[in-house]
Amino acid sequence: MDLDMNQYMNLFIEEVNEHLQNMNDILLELEKDTTNTSLINELFRVAHTLKGMSGTMGFVNMADLTHEMENVLDEVRNNRIKLNESIVDILFECFDVLDENISYIIENKKEMDSSNKELIDRLRSIVSIDNNNDSASSMENVENSKMNNYVMNVINEASKRGLNVFNIDISLSPTCMLKSARAFVIINTLDAMGDIVYTNPPTEDIEDEKFDLKFSLTLITAVDKDILLSTLNKISEVESIEIEVVESVELEETEDIEHYDSQFIDPKVYKDVNSKKSGDKDKMNKVKKVAKTVRVDIDRLDNLMNLASELIIIKNRMDDLSGTSNREDMLQTIEYLERITTNLHNAVMKVRMVPIERVFNRFPRMVRDLSKELNKKVDLRMYGENTEVDRTVIDEIGDPLIHIIRNSLDHGIEDPQERVKLGKPEEGKLILKAYPDGNNVVIEVIDDGGGIDFEKVKQKSIDRGLITEVEGEKITEKELANILFEPGFSTSDKITEVSGRGVGLDVVKNKIESINGTIELDSQRGKGTTFTIRIPLTLAIIQALLIKLKDETYAIPLSSITEIINVNKENIRSIQEHEIMLYRGKTIPIVRLDKLMGLEMDELTDEYIAVVVRKGDKLAALLVNSLIGQQEIVIKPLGKYLSSIRYFTGATILGNGDVSLILDVNSLV
Amino acid sequence: MTSNLHNKYVTFKLGKEYYGLPIDNVLSIEKPSKTTRIPNAPDYIIGLINLRGDVIPVIDLRVKLGMEKIGIDKDSRIIIVREKDIVVGLMVDSSKEVLDIDEENIDKPPESEDDTIVDYISGIGKKDERLVIILNSMRLLDIRSQ
Repeated sequence: MDLDMNQYMNLFIEEVNEHLQNMNDILLELEKDTTNTSLINELFRVAHTLKGMSGTMGFVNMADLTHEMENVLDEVRNNRIKLNESIVDILFECFDVLDENISYIIENKKEMDSSNKELIDRLRSIVSIDNNNDSASSMENVENSKMNNYVMNVINEASKRGLNVFNIDISLSPTCMLKSARAFVIINTLDAMGDIVYTNPPTEDIEDEKFDLKFSLTLITAVDKDILLSTLNKISEVESIEIEVVESVELEETEDIEHYDSQFIDPKVYKDVNSKKSGDKDKMNKVKKVAKTVRVDIDRLDNLMNLASELIIIKNRMDDLSGTSNREDMLQTIEYLERITTNLHNAVMKVRMVPIERVFNRFPRMVRDLSKELNKKVDLRMYGENTEVDRTVIDEIGDPLIHIIRNSLDHGIEDPQERVKLGKPEEGKLILKAYPDGNNVVIEVIDDGGGIDFEKVKQKSIDRGLITEVEGEKITEKELANILFEPGFSTSDKITEVSGRGVGLDVVKNKIESINGTIELDSQRGKGTTFTIRIPLTLAIIQALLIKLKDETYAIPLSSITEIINVNKENIRSIQEHEIMLYRGKTIPIVRLDKLMGLEMDELTDEYIAVVVRKGDKLAALLVNSLIGQQEIVIKPLGKYLSSIRYFTGATILGNGDVSLILDVNSLV
Repeated sequence: MTSNLHNKYVTFKLGKEYYGLPIDNVLSIEKPSKTTRIPNAPDYIIGLINLRGDVIPVIDLRVKLGMEKIGIDKDSRIIIVREKDIVVGLMVDSSKEVLDIDEENIDKPPESEDDTIVDYISGIGKKDERLVIILNSMRLLDIRSQ
């Protein structure tokens, strides 16, 4: 059956992702406790739902695979097979295949062309061949009894759009010779009038004539009941037709809902550190209540965001106006508008916020696989998964975190034997923690491994000529820690599969700085290492200082400005080609922005305005002609076409509608 | 089934010649507005404009095609073009009409290699005794085809 299901694609993908995440979590738990029946039941339900969903969307391979998973799990939950580690491993592999497949579907709108035969065979070999048939038919019964949540969602969606949903029960006449062909005609006819979202028995069975005289289906259509009835009546060999209008359906919530609610914790507070000790049985109860989410298309959000930014632009324009006409009510209006824009901005921000869980939830599996590979024992604990971050930041933060975690597992945490020798518990500890802090979110990655050997770092730095021996004498650990973030630096003597040469902290740092974040490292020899990452809650709107160079206006992000000072001409010294000045006892380079921006520079003034900016520990003074003031600006990307243009992170639209470029301080210092 | 959009072209003038771009690539045609210079950008980039809240770079098509640069006058237009996920404006001398040019009336581009402009041409169209040079927006925007 070739249904046009594209309109339900997004719904499908979202839901599958949720179920897959759920599956992953359950598998991880199940690995620790293979006898936990409630987990097995839950997993069975997930596999069953996935099967129904993918079947409805026509993703046959996915449906087949989940069907086989379901068979295995059914055997397990009926105590005919005992779950063991190798079965869990196979289930993990199934998960990987499903995960891969769904990524493929997202990109290509169709499923991968592999029937996963090998995996299915292995699943089948778990279930003895005799059982197989039995369980398959019992499975069908389960399916008969109820439509899955996914179908209901589709139905709800359709009735929201004002389409009709009908349950149609059809009985063929007992004299009907080719039941499947007749059914096929009926399905085709209905298909032409709308979308068939559910059939009982499943369509494959109808096609194989595996039904008696009756079958039923659910149709979403714009056509009304009478027309439907008269059309169906034209088909011969049909005994009776019953059409029932389906109103939007209450979604079936999981039965154990009370449990979950009592376990629900205020999202701002991170999970109780001791929760882990409260026992595995207890833990089961909080294994994922499928999160109640509002699904919003990111495009619509961006649109809302644009509206908010326009409001801000108008606000700025009115700000300009108020300078000329100095009326009281004008000011009040502006104040009011300002309050609205701030509120609107916050509201939109909140919609864009997603829990950092989206990044964190891939780590348990990763740590499991890595520790197996490295023969290490690692206990991963995560706190504050509910901390919310802007969607755009979420996408950027994943890779750096993966890198740091790999490093911690590979170079940080020692082998079990070595840990025992050192008097540490055999199992290493890795803590991942997120919490909000003002306009930032802080993420900490803490391990209790060997820590960083700063002596070795010092030696390496001297060997490589990064510092001189004299400098090495008095260099602090903090400064050495910074060297670790330099390109190509590594202290590990062995090169491993997992994190290579340890090269890459520079990449991590770059990535984090590219989203205006910072990263710090704190390490104690023998005790462990802590990485502290600080990222802004959002990227779209920032505070900036507007400055003038000749008649052009530029914006400098306020977050990178240290101070604004006046500089006398005499205080600027030239060393070789470079101009420098003294600032708080340090010499810092001077950047003549006008020259850099290809403008004529004028030497006429004796005094300059210098904006002192900072990138990490480095400072520089940017000379500007005049200051306009501080403003909240909306960052607009320059786009791919201008990606080779240096010195700018984006542009913004000013109150008067003009475009102004935002200086990239990182490229200037 | 298929729309016949693919033989419609937005035409415009540079000097005496008529040029065309497939209408699929054209988002809108705008009157010139204030541009913000982009320091250190190639000479054919005029700057950035504010197009209803979006910031879009504008290319001086004359300079890009190796022609003499002239000022903006009342006939000047910016054609907003999209190719893949890149959106840019092309400054042209004037732009008036959309023409239907059938595929059989489009010839292959000339093969002379003395002129940079040939790189950007995808064909020469004929319509009512008039020649329209059809530009290849992919190459015009330096998008490498994979």
